[in-house]
Amino acid sequence: MNNYLPELFTWPFILGTSYLLILVIVRFVRWFWGLSKYDKIRIWKGLRTRKTLRSIKESFTEGLLHRKIFKTNPVLGYMHMSLAFGWFLLIVIGHIETIIAERSLHFPFHYAIFSRFYHTSSHTSIISYIMASVMDVLLIFVLSGVFLAYLKRFKSSVFGMKHSTRLKSGDRIALAALWCIFPFRFLTESITAGVHNNGGIISQTVGKLFASVLPVDVIMYPAWFAYSLALGFFFVALPNSRYMHIPAEIFFIFLRNYGVKLKKRINTYSLVQVFSCSRCGICLDTCQLDLAGIHTQSVYVLKNIRNKNLTDEVLFNCLLCGRCQQVCPVGIEMNDLRITQRIESTRQYNSSYDYLKEGEVRKSKVIYFAGCMTHLTPAIKQSMIQIFNYAGIDYWFMDEDKAPCCGRPLMQAGQYDAAEKLIENNRQKILHSGAEKLIVSCPICYKVFYEDYALHGVHVQHHSEFILELVRSGLIPKNAGTFRMIYHDPCELGRGSGIYEQPRELLKHYGQLIALKKEKEDSLCCGGSLSNIKISMQKRDEITNLAIDVFKSYDPDILVTSCPLCKKTFTRVNKVEVRDIAEIVAGAIENKQSAKRHMTHQMKKHVKPTLV
Amino acid sequence: MIDFGFTLSETRTIDYEQFDGRLLNYVLQNEPSFLTCLSCGGCTATCSAGNLIEFNIRKINLLLRMGEYEGLAREIDKCMLCGKCILICPRDINIRNVVMLIKKGIVKYKNE
Repeated sequence: MNNYLPELFTWPFILGTSYLLILVIVRFVRWFWGLSKYDKIRIWKGLRTRKTLRSIKESFTEGLLHRKIFKTNPVLGYMHMSLAFGWFLLIVIGHIETIIAERSLHFPFHYAIFSRFYHTSSHTSIISYIMASVMDVLLIFVLSGVFLAYLKRFKSSVFGMKHSTRLKSGDRIALAALWCIFPFRFLTESITAGVHNNGGIISQTVGKLFASVLPVDVIMYPAWFAYSLALGFFFVALPNSRYMHIPAEIFFIFLRNYGVKLKKRINTYSLVQVFSCSRCGICLDTCQLDLAGIHTQSVYVLKNIRNKNLTDEVLFNCLLCGRCQQVCPVGIEMNDLRITQRIESTRQYNSSYDYLKEGEVRKSKVIYFAGCMTHLTPAIKQSMIQIFNYAGIDYWFMDEDKAPCCGRPLMQAGQYDAAEKLIENNRQKILHSGAEKLIVSCPICYKVFYEDYALHGVHVQHHSEFILELVRSGLIPKNAGTFRMIYHDPCELGRGSGIYEQPRELLKHYGQLIALKKEKEDSLCCGGSLSNIKISMQKRDEITNLAIDVFKSYDPDILVTSCPLCKKTFTRVNKVEVRDIAEIVAGAIENKQSAKRHMTHQMKKHVKPTLV
Repeated sequence: MIDFGFTLSETRTIDYEQFDGRLLNYVLQNEPSFLTCLSCGGCTATCSAGNLIEFNIRKINLLLRMGEYEGLAREIDKCMLCGKCILICPRDINIRNVVMLIKKGIVKYKNE
């Protein structure tokens, strides 16, 4: 054996690996270079802290074991784990096996990869036989994953998945190569075992079988060549296919743990996230647009960004409900990524709104901002006024007559510069009023007020939080009714702002709350989201109807929500009684007041005759 | 020109020889629902921007069809995209998309 020049058959593998390594390193350096100065400092400072350990641990649990995929879909999780973790173990144990066989730590890398080709002696010790058998079992473990991968491609329903992602040519080459690698390896190692009469518990048996029917001496070398070729092809195709997610995800995990954040501009961190998408397709099944026959899901947007062919039709056709972000096993920040793309797409035409005037300001400790959508659902507005009056709170109704929009719908459309103008106008009014508390009825406004308004010293509250406070302090009557209620989490309030418990706690004082299978982080979108610029009303209705069907299966008396837009959307299809949380509370106040009136009336009636 | 005994106001004349229909076609092709507008004025009545300044979607429609792109650019900038109009519209027109398309189209065709 010539020790200086590798065997001919190893060349595809060696070339492929070198190409992959160089390309991945170049990309990593470029991504790192493109980060802002502060991000670089962040990474530098984080390097010697516990964050590095956490990243390594996370790379292991997510990159190899795929814990999060397991949680959403066990079969899919097993497939990914057997492929990634199994292959990883094959490489590690393969190296240990070679170290034992060579009795040295210094040997060329490909010796370990093609170990069975180089180490042809029959088993000298029980240890080498055990090692070979362990490798055999691991290979079978990986092959089970490959088998599931075949199955998924041809019949994705086995996985409980409705869809498998569409592929492009780079993906096809890589996928074909990946599908070949492990079966080839198994066949080759068995054939070799047949020739040399060695191998582990499985390969030896299969090898003997092959030797009895095939000319194993002749086909051994071509078999090794084919195996090496499959490896080489896979490594060459990897950086240009979706499998780039393997190195990118690890890079992403490290950056995320060091505290790098997405900016309002597309930078290399957004690119890292784009490349980290494995196109597993979990976001396809969770997306409600899919039910309405719209195919603009996150996985496709990420692919379009990568291939630089993203259209407005795809980019703006999304409810930004955040359901995909919630289930993404890689943790890609899809909403923010989409918004940065929208900012880029609409950068050239932001409005100036120079017609905005300063407007009247009233001094008050408490401000109520109803929001545009609440003005369209006057019952919510009236209920809030009733609650304020009953609790005896002095407040300033900021947008009772004239006020600009909060700016959030513009931001969702990517028009940040324009939104800034509206924000500044509202912000000055709030600050000049000397308010300590800002009560908002619309979750869309709520999110922008606490996130982007920079209102220092002003406590921003959604009305569900505020009313709960009033009930707790006894200013508002409770009324344990017998209504069966479902609470619908609005996207902007739930997944957007993390407010799940307050509305539920409040509702428990007014009726019976039914627990749903899909609620809180998992809750459905009503379909009315303003974030979607492109969707037609008919498609919206389809989504709303499907959501309502889910609710109706629980047979509720009332569907309660805490967003005027959700209410408006649900009432539009008119299938179930919909109320805002404020209306429920105001109803209880109304009951109490009318009972009181009734009582005084009765008393008067009763008392009168005795007086006369 | 034949004298019919009445005068034509210059601003109200659409000169079809000069008419630049690119923006109109762009908007209608991408949001055909705008074709079904019956000018009921519901959008204007509910409009958040219209509450602060004179702003009117029907006027936008008219300016678009007349090819008055300068006036259109000035008008369209007033919209705050709050979305009340789409909930009011009896024809289910996706007015916000119309606004975004006009904004994009104006930039697009100005440079061509």
